[in-house]
Amino acid sequence: MYKPLLLLGAAAALLGSSLPASAGRTLDAIKQRGVVNCGVHTGRAGFALPDANGRWSGFDVDYCRALAAAVFGDAEKVKFIPTSTQTRLTALQSGEIDVLARSTTWQLSRDGSLGILWVGVNFFDGGAFLVKKAPGLDSVKKLDGATICITSGSTAEKTTADYFRASKMTFSPVVFENTDATRQAFENGRCQVIGNDYAALSITRVTELKNPDDYAVLPELITKEPLGPVVRRGDDEWFSIARWTLYAMIEAEELGLTKANVDTFRTGSSSPEVKRFLGIGEDLGKHLGLERDWAYKIVKQVGNYGESFEANLGEGSRFKIPRGRMKLWTDGGLVYAPPFR
Amino acid sequence: MTRQTAKELTLQVLIGLSPVALGVWLAGNLQANLAARGLTSGYDFLLDPAGFAITEGPLPYQTGDSYLMAFLAGAANTLTVSIPAIALTTLFGALLGIAAISRNPLLAGVVRLYVDAARNVPLLVHVLLWYVLLLTILPDATKPFVLGPLFLSKAGLALPHPLTGEWPRLGYFGLRGGLQVSPEFTAIVMALATYSAAYCAEIVRAGLQSVPRGQWEAAHALILTRWQAIRMIVAPQALRVILPPYISLALNTIKNSSLGVAIGYPEIVSIGTTSMNQSGRAIECISIIALLYLILNIATSFTLAIVNRRVQIRER
Repeated sequence: MYKPLLLLGAAAALLGSSLPASAGRTLDAIKQRGVVNCGVHTGRAGFALPDANGRWSGFDVDYCRALAAAVFGDAEKVKFIPTSTQTRLTALQSGEIDVLARSTTWQLSRDGSLGILWVGVNFFDGGAFLVKKAPGLDSVKKLDGATICITSGSTAEKTTADYFRASKMTFSPVVFENTDATRQAFENGRCQVIGNDYAALSITRVTELKNPDDYAVLPELITKEPLGPVVRRGDDEWFSIARWTLYAMIEAEELGLTKANVDTFRTGSSSPEVKRFLGIGEDLGKHLGLERDWAYKIVKQVGNYGESFEANLGEGSRFKIPRGRMKLWTDGGLVYAPPFR
Repeated sequence: MTRQTAKELTLQVLIGLSPVALGVWLAGNLQANLAARGLTSGYDFLLDPAGFAITEGPLPYQTGDSYLMAFLAGAANTLTVSIPAIALTTLFGALLGIAAISRNPLLAGVVRLYVDAARNVPLLVHVLLWYVLLLTILPDATKPFVLGPLFLSKAGLALPHPLTGEWPRLGYFGLRGGLQVSPEFTAIVMALATYSAAYCAEIVRAGLQSVPRGQWEAAHALILTRWQAIRMIVAPQALRVILPPYISLALNTIKNSSLGVAIGYPEIVSIGTTSMNQSGRAIECISIIALLYLILNIATSFTLAIVNRRVQIRER
């Protein structure tokens, strides 16, 4: 009963407190508090994981830091709040966190009726299956009759049922409360398959299974799972800041700005686009209620989108997840930012 | 009506109304806060298709059925584990309780040890222990251990379906068809039974010891054996002491079955959590979980109260 109790606590907060008539300015509250409260995964290498010294790192963590850099000019002014698959949305709805950066799928029902809004997409994932390698087991079509372990609260609970029904195949789900319990049951042989997003499964395979080479993530993606940061509804200013922070990381890559070279560009670039982006001359920050050099601070302290991706998930990491759809639109990918002007 | 009673009455009414007022205030606040946060609320989602699958259970729930059906399937699963768990608790508890007052010090000592060990380990640990134990000792799903018509593996116990007569057959991923009992079901039932049996043993022992010594001595004087004395003289009198705490234990066992969520058994809490995440209606789903337990427990308590009334002494 412990998870529902947590939710009950959040529900109690909804019951007891009263909200100001104007759906409060999140930015003011954050400035007064001095930190951005960022909801992240309880621990998934590559996306969000604290090291031995308690310092968080990961792709989602970088986004949180970028947001702090945009708001305070200091990427360290962020408090990471670990959230479970079940409590993440409640934590956001109740105001415990300002933004949720935790591989959460953008889908209509959540976007429409849960009082939350997706800022954008930072990872174009898809539903997939992890299996123990066996001769002939090379496609999702071979999974008829399998027992599949799934984590409660993930979209896989519903999409797996949909997929098997549409393919006229059967399966038995065993639903666990968290990804650790799911993985343990898989290792113990209770199920032959884990259903989750492709990236999550790739990471589980490399970091948590004893002999990663004995396992494979089947190549087909059965669904679209666009993941991205989420904010509460009712504060358009905060929504814009969160959205343009993501775009700033993307735009920086398109402009060729990196953590290492941004200072050279700042002093020596003659490109009007770069100058505008870095806040030299024209002040774009004022439109968002931020400092003139907010985008510079993001690139200088956190890096651009591609840097963050490669370091945490791609070539610079253990996972070697291909950039694929996460390439910039200019390279044939889906990642695109509207113009900074 | 004197002034005194009028004053008391007013006070009573005020005290009686205050929780109602608090409830109304909280409900109003909830409504306002949900609306302010743009959250949709209400129970209309119960008729929408749930869309997730449930592995096992006595109800013929299908993926396309409504959330309401899913909740009912969850409640049915809670009963499906609670009934055998309570039956086993009663059986083990009665045997252990009688053994505890045995004159054989070894037997009494072993029972004492068991009761202390089982009671002092959290139930969640019992549940996980049974589950891991089952999954560790049983063979892989593709290589089941065959015992006549029974097939044992990590996928659980499979046997020919008693109604349709269909035999389980081996597929690529293990056994299919027939009647299948999952390891989650077995683990939660055994954990509840072994844990609650320790409490039940104490209740039975206390009940038997509450019967005055004179009754034992009288039985002895009538040259009844010790077993006959327990069966005919002591137990019927002890039952009156045993039943009230036993009812409370049975109700606790039903509630404790909620720990099945930890090992993936689809009972009320598990279905509730899934529904909560799929529909986003947290407060509604928690209230339904609470309501279902309330209904199950009130029904159980009512049934057992009738039994209790029958065994109580009728003054003549």
